[in-house]
Amino acid sequence: MSANAYIAADSGTGETFVLNLGPQHPATHGVLRVKLTMDGEYIRRAEPVCGYIHRMHEKMGENRTWAQFLPNTSRIDYLSAMAYTQAYVARVERAARLAVPPRAEYIRVITCELNRISSHLVWFGAFLLDLGGFTPLLYAFDDREKILDLLEAITGSRLTYCYYRFGGLCNDVDKDFIEGSRAFVAHMRPRLELYRKLVTDNIILRKRLEGIGPISAQMCRRYGATGPVIRGSGVAYDVRKVEPYSAYPEFDFDIPVFKEGDCMARYLVRMEEIRQSLRIVEQALDRLPEGPVMAEKVPRTLKIPPGDYCFAVEAARGRFAVRLVSDGTDTPYRVKLRTPSFSNLSLFEEASRDMMLPDALALMGSLDLVIPDIDR
Amino acid sequence: MTLSLQELAGRFSQLCPPAQAQEVDYAARGFHLDALVQPGQVVAAAELLDQCGFALDTITGMDWLEAGEMEVVYDYFHPQAATRAAVRARLPRREPEIPTIGAVFPGANWHERETHDFFGIRFLGHPDLTPLLLPEDADFHPLRKDFAP
Repeated sequence: MSANAYIAADSGTGETFVLNLGPQHPATHGVLRVKLTMDGEYIRRAEPVCGYIHRMHEKMGENRTWAQFLPNTSRIDYLSAMAYTQAYVARVERAARLAVPPRAEYIRVITCELNRISSHLVWFGAFLLDLGGFTPLLYAFDDREKILDLLEAITGSRLTYCYYRFGGLCNDVDKDFIEGSRAFVAHMRPRLELYRKLVTDNIILRKRLEGIGPISAQMCRRYGATGPVIRGSGVAYDVRKVEPYSAYPEFDFDIPVFKEGDCMARYLVRMEEIRQSLRIVEQALDRLPEGPVMAEKVPRTLKIPPGDYCFAVEAARGRFAVRLVSDGTDTPYRVKLRTPSFSNLSLFEEASRDMMLPDALALMGSLDLVIPDIDR
Repeated sequence: MTLSLQELAGRFSQLCPPAQAQEVDYAARGFHLDALVQPGQVVAAAELLDQCGFALDTITGMDWLEAGEMEVVYDYFHPQAATRAAVRARLPRREPEIPTIGAVFPGANWHERETHDFFGIRFLGHPDLTPLLLPEDADFHPLRKDFAP
């Protein structure tokens, strides 16, 4: 399409130029490049250019055993690694008919939800940084550090967790982790109140986000956008509720939904989700069953019956799904990774058309992109 | 429009020529409906699922080297009804071509580009099949089973 076709009647000069945003522009996230066709301050076309950190995880899946691929799954979305390893181990466990002990499922829920909170805190800090507010990042990273310390003590990693095993967990949690998690829940609730006073109720933030970057429920559906993006457009779609897995059905939590579809709605969804995750962690700690954290007889070399198998989880950015194809050997025939950032970004070209550049940056930040999650 | 699984499977059998769609064991496989259609029917299948309110989950390929075939798998999920459907089409490996469903689901654009990157499957009518994730001058398709770096 010619550049002229994009020009709206009421704005701009009709003369366009190309502006490169990224791949290392400090205002963008990671190594994403967006080729912008600009008419003054207005975007006529935004074309994301992906693949700068493509690592071909799906090919790696075909040349190593089921167990050897496990560490790869924590390196796709490095901020939400627990949920990704959860999807992979849960799919293999179901196909190989391994029963996971209840204590292990509870600890998976606790660690996944703590990971979700830490991921949302990074988004919170980075998003406000995008909008020009530096201070909230320091608050958010201070709180996130507490989660990273807790998870590091039991998993050995600060981000790329490889804590789950086929049939359970690598090791049990200790008293320090349980007490530390309780202390974190108690610490975080008043902090959320502080965030509300400091940031959410701030008139400058509201003016930057309200009514900006509207995304309709229809657009989410046609692009497969999920997570806080679809829930900010009025659809209560959460994999933890619609396709329940692990121990989630045993906990009482709400799915925050805001119907406005603008950047503020997506912001509010994530802030409310932190509160809901705290609720889940608290309930799981209260009711944590005793017992083993590993299934009894897990074969050293797993063989999966031939066929194809799917499984999805609710990661911090939305629906993460795996499609595993087995030919009956100890190595996957095909590993397909369906990542939420990929689908969420794919609507950016349509959603950003005719927006002003600073507003489009707010829109991009509100999508909460993790670039290795797109590029895989 | 919300249909039950049987009704949805029935709609697939009304396509011309009739397509097979069967319910599968969700607990074992992770999806509810598995449909095998002719390559020319993927757009009709997408329209059918679009009318029923499904969202596009992902599109990917599969290389069945021994059978001399490629497979394209379209995954759909329903944002309200907790139903997942997989639509498959088999293509000859020597000429892997299939129509694009981008007119029905614009999100297909990137998934199809990625499938072209990895498998060399050509999506007819796609506006831009240049590499999305691979280098811009890539002339190889790494997920083909006979690919050697």
